[in-house]
Amino acid sequence: MQSLTNRVKPVDRKPMTFLEKIYLWEIAKGMMITIKHFFRKKPTIKYPEQTREFSSVFRGLHILNRDEQGRERCTACGLCAVACPAEAITMEAAERKKGEEHLYREEKYAARYEINMLRCIFCGLCEEACPKDAIYLSQTFTPSNLTRAQFIYKKDDLLIPDPNKDPELYAKALGDRKKS
Amino acid sequence: MVLLSFDWFLIIEKAILISIVIVASLVIAMYETWGERKVAAFIQDRIGPDRAGFGGMFQPLADGMKLFMKEEIIPNSSNKFLFVMGPGLAMLTAMMTSAVIPWGGHLEIMGRTVPLQIADINIGILYVFGVVSLGVYGVMIGGWASNNKFSLMAALRGASQMISYELAMGLSLIALLMLTGTLSLRTIVEQQSTGHWNIWYQPLGFIIFLVCALAECNRTPFDLPEAESELNFGYHQEYSSMKLGFYLFAEYVNMFISCVIMATLYWGGYDIPFVNDAHLYDIWGNWAAFLQVFFLMGKVITGIFIFMWIRWTVPRFRYDQLMNLGWKGLIPLALANMVITAVVALLKYNNWHF
Repeated sequence: MQSLTNRVKPVDRKPMTFLEKIYLWEIAKGMMITIKHFFRKKPTIKYPEQTREFSSVFRGLHILNRDEQGRERCTACGLCAVACPAEAITMEAAERKKGEEHLYREEKYAARYEINMLRCIFCGLCEEACPKDAIYLSQTFTPSNLTRAQFIYKKDDLLIPDPNKDPELYAKALGDRKKS
Repeated sequence: MVLLSFDWFLIIEKAILISIVIVASLVIAMYETWGERKVAAFIQDRIGPDRAGFGGMFQPLADGMKLFMKEEIIPNSSNKFLFVMGPGLAMLTAMMTSAVIPWGGHLEIMGRTVPLQIADINIGILYVFGVVSLGVYGVMIGGWASNNKFSLMAALRGASQMISYELAMGLSLIALLMLTGTLSLRTIVEQQSTGHWNIWYQPLGFIIFLVCALAECNRTPFDLPEAESELNFGYHQEYSSMKLGFYLFAEYVNMFISCVIMATLYWGGYDIPFVNDAHLYDIWGNWAAFLQVFFLMGKVITGIFIFMWIRWTVPRFRYDQLMNLGWKGLIPLALANMVITAVVALLKYNNWHF
């Protein structure tokens, strides 16, 4: 029958030659291939010690940012929660009291800020929605926990270290990312 | 007084030798599992276990620990006595073969000559064959006692495969024994120590022996008893914990032993290539014996590497292909080899006169 596409390849059914029938030569050829692979350079990246290069826009775990004086930038406006397609973000706002100016940048701040990392799809829309540059996705990834409850990250887990107290940790959390 | 006339030195010497051989073959089998995983990984462009210790050197210990910690399950419907005996039997037959293997020349200790061999019996190779053919029982009893259809089928496959490949193996050996004229393994090695290894006189016999050794050890391309795709897991399907470990371990001990026998019969055993061993004994004394053991181990490790290399190259045979190869391929070849060798040996005996 004429095929429709003319791309049919007939199966090669010719009987094995004598050399193929005694197997040994073919097996030897196969072994030559495997021994070549034996000495080949291995592409493995030994993960915890070596990590793959990430692009500067890699989207890992979230970080709640601080300004240069170490004050929290978040004002609990809720735009990130609205933007979140997975509905992973919840927050509670509170008003800044007298004497807390060194902790919070604006008059309103997030008393509670939670991200459910099991719901989060790491799309980065929260980062785009934030008018205060308070949340961004860092280059940290692969969190591991024992319970589901631990995967709901609280403010303690999310806040970046204070740049004045812990400049090293701050820089590490910031990653290669260009920050304003 | 009867006790005192006993040769206590001999008993102590043999006891030490036996314990060394057993421990060494267990340790080597342990590191064979590591080597197998490394070789498999390297052939597949991976790097294999490298977390436990340098280069994953403690991986076998971790594996053994894991197997010991696992729950031991004995199925209710199984024959408990045979179920427990199976792995022990597999292990026992695997270890027993090492009794007649000459591991090296001899040591001079306190004026005594201590041969590095547990028992130099004059039917050495027959003893090896007797014990190896008992190896079927470990597989068979384990598979039958599990009271599982898949295990039983796998065990039957294993038994029939081992028996049919033993024939070709025996025939290929008869040709070799015609050349050596002795069954004692030490004499066979000593005949080869001039550098005339048997592999040069019996290349076809060697290939048949190698293929049959692969089949005897149940290794890929002939690991039909463990064909997961058809039999779930094979004859040790119902086994767990260290009983399973014993079966897997017995396979590696078997592999080690068959490589030793292959080296002894065809690669000159403990003979150091290109060197006059007797001359070496005059210069170095006891160190020459250790060097011989070292060279035997080198040959054995080469053999083991070839086994692994084949395993990770060749896919598994189908059962009918296996039987075809065994009965229609190897046995006629071995017979032809035997007849040709016999004719040539007879001609040589008659000084090439017909």
